[in-house]
Amino acid sequence: MTTIPTSSTAQVIPGQGAMAQPESAKPAKAKRRRFLFLRNAKAVIGLVILGLYVLFAIIGPWVTPYDPDARSNDLIQAPSADHWFGTTHLGQDVFSQVLDGTRSVVFVGFLAGTIATVLSVIIGITAGYLGGRTDDTLSALSNVFLVIPAIPLMIIITSILENASNLLIALVIGLTSWSWNARVLRAQTLSLRRRDYIEASRATGEKTWRIVGFELLPNLTAVIASGFIGTVIFAVLSLITLAFIGIVSNAGWNWGTILFWAQGQQALAQGAWWWFVPAGLAIAFLGTALSLINFAIDEFVSPRLRSMGKTKLKTASGGTVRMRIGFTPVLDNSAAPHTHAKPIPINTGGATPVIRETAGS
Amino acid sequence: MEPVLEIRNLNVDYGLGDRAVHAVRDVNLTLHRGEVLGLAGESGSGKSTLAYGLTRLLAPPGVISGGEVIYHPEQGDPYDVLGLSDNALRAFRWAETAIVFQGAMNSLNPVHKISTQLTDVLKAHDPKMSDHSRKARAREMLKLVGISPDRMDAYPHQLSGGMRQRVMIGMALILQPQVVIMDEPTTALDVVMQRQILGQLIELRERLGFSVVFITHDLSLLVEFSNRIAIMYGGRIVEEAPAATIYRDALHPYSRGLLSSFPALRGARRELTGIPGSPPDLAGMPSGCSFHPRCPKAFEPCPTHIPVLGRPGTPDGAARSVACWLHPTEQPVG
Repeated sequence: MTTIPTSSTAQVIPGQGAMAQPESAKPAKAKRRRFLFLRNAKAVIGLVILGLYVLFAIIGPWVTPYDPDARSNDLIQAPSADHWFGTTHLGQDVFSQVLDGTRSVVFVGFLAGTIATVLSVIIGITAGYLGGRTDDTLSALSNVFLVIPAIPLMIIITSILENASNLLIALVIGLTSWSWNARVLRAQTLSLRRRDYIEASRATGEKTWRIVGFELLPNLTAVIASGFIGTVIFAVLSLITLAFIGIVSNAGWNWGTILFWAQGQQALAQGAWWWFVPAGLAIAFLGTALSLINFAIDEFVSPRLRSMGKTKLKTASGGTVRMRIGFTPVLDNSAAPHTHAKPIPINTGGATPVIRETAGS
Repeated sequence: MEPVLEIRNLNVDYGLGDRAVHAVRDVNLTLHRGEVLGLAGESGSGKSTLAYGLTRLLAPPGVISGGEVIYHPEQGDPYDVLGLSDNALRAFRWAETAIVFQGAMNSLNPVHKISTQLTDVLKAHDPKMSDHSRKARAREMLKLVGISPDRMDAYPHQLSGGMRQRVMIGMALILQPQVVIMDEPTTALDVVMQRQILGQLIELRERLGFSVVFITHDLSLLVEFSNRIAIMYGGRIVEEAPAATIYRDALHPYSRGLLSSFPALRGARRELTGIPGSPPDLAGMPSGCSFHPRCPKAFEPCPTHIPVLGRPGTPDGAARSVACWLHPTEQPVG
């Protein structure tokens, strides 16, 4: 038990006893736990990996050891101290290409994810909350976008425009991939807007924008976040797909371009694994990092999924138990009175307690 | 009387280490065979935590930090529920100790017929039972709780609140458990329905012989139909006595406060006083007796020393226990 300064009996005068919940009985307010999100291992790992990607996206093109386009005489070299990830059929440094390509991948992924998320939030929540004709119109719109195939559309657009920039690709992906999230958000909003706390805020006269912004949105955080993460992954894969099939090969390096050249030059048949493995792993790690962050957000937003950061507990007998819903862990299975509640014998001087006092009501 | 469930020094915490909130502390309680034990107290006094703790149903971060819950089956040796393995615990649940949840009306799954939900319990605990006998048992159970068996194929939304509550009680009894824990099962019902259902419960208990732990904040309800009442405050049991004794002559000032917060049906009119102040914050309990800041009779030892739950030195002291410095004890319970 925490030591609390005891209040003197004088404070507890009958009648005033009501208000005498003495201030001194309140313990020092427990230190607020900051960065609670970062106590989650998934969040930490995900954010660290993602942070590295963002870092290389920013500095990558400046710190490449070689010009990714520069040819050399080291043709199809295995990884070495000079060329960490080996070289291509033209003697280009694969490491430099991967580093240089990070920027466009991260840029397209996050820009497209942001555009799609903003659109889906606006359209989905509006449709779900307002209902009626607005809902019909917006639902029809998202249904149309749901069936537009993004990648063929992008193939057409990029083949019309000679120099399709990363920005344009991000815009196309973002503008075509919002509809699924909008539908999910609309469904969730439909369910939330009938909840009692939304009704209550309507009854207290809150403005619609405030209900949407302060009552609804926070409850949709997990859905929005997972939608964003999902769209980023989708956008990254779309960009790489486009580059891999050779559509945007002139928009600078990205991992898909590396894979395009590796495929074209039969890297696998030549045994040049270093040509495609780094780019493939880069994609896989980025996806892993984003998924981990997604799980962490889910757990953070819904405390029921959270396990206080600690799932394994030590029992008194030295074993370990897990925290699990439905099977409350037993830390100590002895019937001995607990230390924090041990009664103290009365004979410590002072007045002897009255033996019995008749009920005076 | 023979005990069926003995709780010894049960401690339940939320959270771990220094940040843990001790929601139930050193609770000693014995439930006897065939008795209705009422558990009363304000919101946040640890009643529900105690019930979920002893059945190990608390969601994280709840942990049981100490104690024993000894269950005495009808045949065989008593065993500690807290020491059971996961599979044994799963088998123990419902077959030996059933629980009717707070807001039981919403505990029925809206997309399944009540027959499905009733037979599910049987399917889980007795997979060898034939489909036909399962149905027959479910029908029998419905009849027992006063619902016409032709409602078997109804969905929960087709039943009234009282009927749903009856279905839940029937479901709790379907495996003939020795102990039924009811966590404020009638809070959402009107008083007429409350009375009907409780009357039925008492009748069923006489017929089937199970014991009931009845958790409620409505002390008047308990006085009427429970055998014994335990009053909880700040995670501890402060008084425990036969219902009539508590009603007539409560020893703990807190019990007295609870009793004077509802009117008597007969006798002189008196002012309802209630209890001043609000329940303590479990995370920052007052020192000594946790009730002392609100207690009109607090004196020297109260703020510094925790009173032990024990037999008071009154003539009827053998059948009751109280934790109050006004009634110091020589024989602690547990």
